[in-house]
Amino acid sequence: MKKKTLGKIISISGATVRTDLTGLTLFERVSVGEHNLTGEVVRLDKDGAVLQVYEDPSGLGLNEPVQGHGVSLATTLGPGLLSVMFDGLQRPLDALVEKTGPFIHPIHLSSTLDLTKQWSFTPFVNRGDTVAGGVKIGYVDEGPFQHPIIIPADKNGRVKNIAQGTITLDEPLCELDDGSKIFGYQSWPMRVPRPYRKKISPQGPVVTGQRIIDFLFPLARGGTSIIPGGFGTGKTILEQTIAKHADVDIVIYAGCGERGNEMSELIEEFLHLVDPRTNCPLMDRTVLVVNTSNMPVAAREASIYTAVTLGEYYRDLGFHVLLLADSISRWAEALREISSSLEEMPGEEGYPTYLASRLSSFVERAGVVETLSGDIGSLSMILSVSPPGGDFTEPVTQALLRTSGAFLMLDMTLANSRHFPAINWMQSYSLYQNILADYFKKNISNDWEVLRKLCREIMHKEESLKEIMEIVGIEGLQEQDRLVMTVAEKIRFDFLAQNAYTADAFCEPQKTMDIIRNITDQYLRGQDYTAGKSENETL
Amino acid sequence: MRLSEHKYRTTSRIAGQLLYVENVHAARIGEVVKVLGPHNIALEGEILEIVKDNILIQLFGETRGLNTENLEIIFTDTIRQVPLARDIIGRRFNGSFEPLDGLPMFYASEWRPARGYPINPVARLGPEEFIETGISAIDGLNTLVKGQKLPIFSCAGLPAKELVAHILQNARLRESSKRFAVIFVALGLTFNEYSFYLEALQNIESEFVAIINMADDPVMERLMAPRFALTVAEYMAFDEDMDILVLVTDMTNYCDALREISNARKELPGRRGYPGYMYSDLASLYERAGRIRDSKGSITMIPVITMPEDDITHPIPDLTGYITEGQIVLSRELHQQGVFPPIDVLPSLSRLMQKGIGPGKTRDDHRDLANQLYKNYAKGRELKKLEAIVGRDGMSEADQLLLDFADLFENEFVHQEKQTRSIYKTLDKGLEILERFDLLQHNLQKKTEA
Repeated sequence: MKKKTLGKIISISGATVRTDLTGLTLFERVSVGEHNLTGEVVRLDKDGAVLQVYEDPSGLGLNEPVQGHGVSLATTLGPGLLSVMFDGLQRPLDALVEKTGPFIHPIHLSSTLDLTKQWSFTPFVNRGDTVAGGVKIGYVDEGPFQHPIIIPADKNGRVKNIAQGTITLDEPLCELDDGSKIFGYQSWPMRVPRPYRKKISPQGPVVTGQRIIDFLFPLARGGTSIIPGGFGTGKTILEQTIAKHADVDIVIYAGCGERGNEMSELIEEFLHLVDPRTNCPLMDRTVLVVNTSNMPVAAREASIYTAVTLGEYYRDLGFHVLLLADSISRWAEALREISSSLEEMPGEEGYPTYLASRLSSFVERAGVVETLSGDIGSLSMILSVSPPGGDFTEPVTQALLRTSGAFLMLDMTLANSRHFPAINWMQSYSLYQNILADYFKKNISNDWEVLRKLCREIMHKEESLKEIMEIVGIEGLQEQDRLVMTVAEKIRFDFLAQNAYTADAFCEPQKTMDIIRNITDQYLRGQDYTAGKSENETL
Repeated sequence: MRLSEHKYRTTSRIAGQLLYVENVHAARIGEVVKVLGPHNIALEGEILEIVKDNILIQLFGETRGLNTENLEIIFTDTIRQVPLARDIIGRRFNGSFEPLDGLPMFYASEWRPARGYPINPVARLGPEEFIETGISAIDGLNTLVKGQKLPIFSCAGLPAKELVAHILQNARLRESSKRFAVIFVALGLTFNEYSFYLEALQNIESEFVAIINMADDPVMERLMAPRFALTVAEYMAFDEDMDILVLVTDMTNYCDALREISNARKELPGRRGYPGYMYSDLASLYERAGRIRDSKGSITMIPVITMPEDDITHPIPDLTGYITEGQIVLSRELHQQGVFPPIDVLPSLSRLMQKGIGPGKTRDDHRDLANQLYKNYAKGRELKKLEAIVGRDGMSEADQLLLDFADLFENEFVHQEKQTRSIYKTLDKGLEILERFDLLQHNLQKKTEA
């Protein structure tokens, strides 16, 4: 690690600070001012640097000290993250309450994880074994999981000492022959993707329990879905319902620039709901990263990187991880605010021109990988987008459309008629449907694809008949068209709509199949009947 | 802390409400400065930007008559704070927090920063107590809950202020013995509106604090007034355990002020010229509503927004809707039909309704009943469009029934003029009109009989 150096503040504009400190590196973490506010180096000049402060800058004064840390802004990874709620800079919000009360004051908290908590460690390796980065040297028991401890990516060597039994995180678990000590936790620069052996194409679905998603617009493990929708279309409820029920090992939920009340509600619910797979509270498989709309904007920008780094860590341990972010638009707005305070040239709608490239490199961190230790892990993403005025032509939605694999468009008209989830079945799409068709055929039912096509066909027909019906009424339609209308209505009410507040909130793929088969059977029988009748008439 | 007072006479430039001072040795972002000018002009300002020894100051108040030679600028080494004490109740202040009621300033027992601090999400307590407003369209279908922020989206010429006055006079927490107070924030109001509201406030039984920024008052004060009010609200709610209703009208004036100031600071304009940070700025106000652990008090917020061009996708209602927990939308059409309050229940929404209704809170059948009313009314409204094309005679009997239901719903359920309905009256009214059309589903009927 580099030696810490000291400088002073020479200019302040909002949360953008200029210092005369030299010798810093780009994206290095810094402490700013008398209260040691956390910041990051965003630009380097000949005689100083520009810093972005991640906390409320009011009261920050000229000539106050600036200190470089020699490392990038990093995420701490290890046992004890699950069921904790962090802010965008990964400070545990519970610990913050203890320090500053119910309101958040700018404060420097030194440790993310509880270093004194005792864990029971079972080693996999013995003295003399050779280990490399990513190798699992043992595990600790954490709630329903065995949490593997892995060698940091940049370390390797022969094991000189290995602990066993009760351990804490502040003492080394393992010592290598080159003298390096391995702890139960490690840190990783949040803006850098974590390494893996190789990437594999998305495979197998993330079952969300939402019929319209699983059946019509499925998400593959390692894939990315986006959910754009205006306010009141039910983005947050949909994200939270998926967070509760999705069949993954770990859920990372990033509340990015959204409402505080929603987050407190989420914690309350997750503490009491039981995960049927493990019989433990849902919270035990969840990490929350929360930067509500009134918390500092720059930390909001960092929050999704904290979340994705956490997601990659669990992926590297061999878990299937789902990252839900609500909402990416608030992140983009934070990026815009920072960019404008740096006086960069704006692109479309004031967003910086690097919006699309930042977004695509973020989305690329999803995927199925073979980890450094040879396991298979996956990180999937579901990202909500809040387009201004519900207008999908805006830059954030458009940039995400190019990089994501499934588009779940939320429709204001459906929401107004209280049809939830308000996913528009005409315009949404999933590029994973072909990859997943085989899986569903093999594992759920042979006729999955057939019924899927039939269902879409009925909905298409309804759409084109709707206008005619508005004028002539249902009585004015031909018999087979009337059949389409009744069956389509049934599909909408009994299949596509799903109440998030009842037991119907989660629907197994098998049950999804049964419901749709039931409805389409009626359709096919009705078709035979009308066809038979018209034949009789001609006879 | 600085040991001595800093005074400067080195003003280099004045542009509107922005003041540039050079050769400054020590300054803080957000620090309050006092500016003394010729003819006893005394102004306050806040430090916006520090570039080496050049300081940019945002001035509050009227800047006419200032010149660069004779200004004395005193740096106070503190950020903008609000004086707080129990004696604040019943008082009226302007946007610089000076008494407007002719009484002397109260003695402050403590001072807190006007911008406040964000509530830690972990320390929040979810809203769950029903607030009765006496208005059927709100209580029955878009229930207000303690700690919620629920804006009223109005249009120019609609009776938003009459609705607000009605809520002020009738809002009560069921079976609450706690102290309840209203904080009224007027932003850019005309004298007419102001005197209407003041009269309404004086007619209510609860205590109130008013912070008034009139249409011809300085624009910068319009940005500070709600922050002062919310700091007072936090003090009364979380220190004094009171239930506080913060009423802010009109947020459209606030946003226009934000745009004006942003433009003067030469910031990049966003949609329709509003600054890109308007979402975060609005959130820093709205998110101060709520309840917290370890305190019995609450802050409920009702901001009023006049939608420019009746457009709900305009940035002001749009960004507000993304932050608040629902919205009450007023309709020009209903107003023209003579319905009061002209609340259009279809686009209106209370996101926290589920938390505040049902057994032990309102009545067991509340959710079911609200759903049925909503569903039938939505169908009826949909059919009205069809009626315009094919005519009433071209429609089936069942459809005609729904058309009549929609009319009756507007004229008897939503329309209530100056009456106040208790939640039970509201729900009974709903049951009654459903029954009259034989639209009541059986499961509901049984429940209420039992």
